[in-house]
Amino acid sequence: MEEQPAQALIDARDLVKIYQMGSVQVCALCGVSLQVQRGEMLAIMGASGSGKSTLLNILGCLDTPTRGRYYLDGISVAEMNDDQLAYVRGRKIGFVFQNFNLLPRATALENVELPLIYSGVAPHKRRELALAALEAVGLADRMRHRPNELSGGQQQRVAIARAIVNQPAIILADEPTGNLDSRSGEEIMAIFQRLNAERGITIILVTHEHDIARHAQRIVRIADGRIVDDRPVTSLAYATAAT
Amino acid sequence: MPLLESIRIALNALAVNKLRAALTMLGIIIGVGAVIALLSVGYGFEEYIAQQFSGLGSNLLFVFPGQLEPGSSPIRRTGQRVQPLTLGDAEAIADPFQVSGVVAVAAEYSRNGTIVRGSRELSTYIIGAPPQYQSVRNFNLTLGEFINQEHVNARSRVAVLGAQPAERLFDEGEYPIGQTVKLNDIPFRVIGVLEEKGGGPFGNQDNIVIIPISTAQTRLFRAPVVRGELAVSLIFIQTVSQDVMDVVADQVTEILRERHRISFRDDDDFSIISQSDLIKVFGDFTAVFTIVLGAIAGISLVVGGIGIMNIMLVSVTERTREIGIRKAVGARRRDILLQFLVEAVVLALIGGAQGVVFGYACSVLVTQLAGINTIVRLEAILLATIFSAAVGLFFGIYPATRAASLNPIDALRYE
Ligand SMILES: Nc1ncnc2c1ncn2[C@@H]1O[C@H](COP(=O)(O)OP(=O)(O)OP(=O)(O)O)[C@@H](O)[C@H]1O
Ligand SMILES: [Mg+2]
Repeated sequence: MEEQPAQALIDARDLVKIYQMGSVQVCALCGVSLQVQRGEMLAIMGASGSGKSTLLNILGCLDTPTRGRYYLDGISVAEMNDDQLAYVRGRKIGFVFQNFNLLPRATALENVELPLIYSGVAPHKRRELALAALEAVGLADRMRHRPNELSGGQQQRVAIARAIVNQPAIILADEPTGNLDSRSGEEIMAIFQRLNAERGITIILVTHEHDIARHAQRIVRIADGRIVDDRPVTSLAYATAAT
Repeated sequence: MPLLESIRIALNALAVNKLRAALTMLGIIIGVGAVIALLSVGYGFEEYIAQQFSGLGSNLLFVFPGQLEPGSSPIRRTGQRVQPLTLGDAEAIADPFQVSGVVAVAAEYSRNGTIVRGSRELSTYIIGAPPQYQSVRNFNLTLGEFINQEHVNARSRVAVLGAQPAERLFDEGEYPIGQTVKLNDIPFRVIGVLEEKGGGPFGNQDNIVIIPISTAQTRLFRAPVVRGELAVSLIFIQTVSQDVMDVVADQVTEILRERHRISFRDDDDFSIISQSDLIKVFGDFTAVFTIVLGAIAGISLVVGGIGIMNIMLVSVTERTREIGIRKAVGARRRDILLQFLVEAVVLALIGGAQGVVFGYACSVLVTQLAGINTIVRLEAILLATIFSAAVGLFFGIYPATRAASLNPIDALRYE
């Protein structure tokens, strides 16, 4: 409102997420405000159980906050119904998960085509777009492979291809390198950086690892459902060097 | 999402677990097969009955003694103060000065009996008949001749055998004409053999023996004497055309009431039924029979549907994560709903198609093995197909709704 909220791609204010566990209320997010500009690459860090995934899921319209406001591209998400949320997930957001979440019986190409089915792209056009997305992650030669015929790194690249096939504004990645060795992890991060630099896709990723986080331009730290630190990577590097 | 896409996805999903899909379909296959097969038996029976009536002779009126109970089988009668019909009644009806529009009148006097030749014996239906009985009942002879007026006048012990007694009592190549058979221990000479006709509304039309009516009334059985005349069991009236049947029936009613001295406020003690009345009564009966058969088969289809529901519920649980993934990449509620509904309907329809083939095969088998007439009608196939799709739809709705309403986060986290 006061500081041009329409400009920010993501504008979340005082997000609260409370889980009711029997009689106990667990506060997974206790008032998180976060603005992300178009084209940013941002890493969210924090201890296990601090609420990183909860935040990412809300930002990705997979989940809704208990309280708080969230504007995505200037549109209030809180007022959206199920179908509208699905629409936003399909067109504006690409997800990458720690455990890849590919359909096990579908080929790489079919997995990448999946979002296009739901955004109503004609079959021949789908194939073309999916192939282009696979090419962008360097896996065009594996398009007929099923997930269990691919390495972890390759599976994650298929997942990234699926995330970008609808030309989303944002990619949300929850510990995308968590299941990978460091070399594959670096490859994945290189792809994210390239997508960010060349296509201007906004990228928000959750990670535990500093080596991964430093590929981002900005690092947000969360502890117990609150943002405790939010600064650009360069100054963080200084800070780390200073200690 | 277009329907074609959903069907493709459904087929792929079913292909993953072929054995399970096949077993689930089995319920539908058996259900649809049973519907088709049993309906074919029902339809076959209906048609068979209709055929038998038309084979009975044309433009026929039947006169029975007694009143037909409404709603019951036309053969049963209420027994109260019934005067039997007599030969005199038949003669009066045949009198062109009293009744117009009649081609021929034939009375019969019939009883169950046994026919014996040597060591071979058969329970049969013995009909005492006049010569005109042949044309009225539309009987054709394969051998010999029919009863003639001399036989009737002389009360001869001659018999015309139906196809069945002829076949059972005589070996192939044996010539029955002139041979002696015993009807209820009285010897008769065979003078003719009837062509095969099939069953009919009054029982098997082939297991009969026809003898002169006078012989039946006085020598073989002891027909009661009423108003000084011998009783008959039944009178057939053949009219000149379909159109005059009502007029003839009215005239006959008048004559018989007069002859039976029924006062104007009493009911008739006889019944006149046209062939079309009989067809209608039997038609109603056989239609109910068909519906009952269909309903029984329908139950197994419902059981098959429950099998589909069961498997779809298992499938939804197993594919929770898949549903989460689809939702995460933009699938709406109705996309997921449609996907699972289509899967259930496709399952039911594929099963239904196989069931049609199975049911058809069964009905052919029934015809060949049991000799029962069966007819597979297009409407039965359509009914079974639509019904199986409806079963899939109905029993798919609950699992599909469950899948569609899954929360994407929970679904993705599902192990
Ligand atoms: N469905 C749920 N029901 C109840 N509590 C939940 C649920 N999901 C998350 N929580 C709680 O919310 C808190 C934050 O969980 P979240 O998954 O966001 O943590 P995280 O930072 O992603 O942790 P990790 O690094 O281990 O993935 C945790 O305390 C967790 O127990
Ligand atoms: Mg997490």
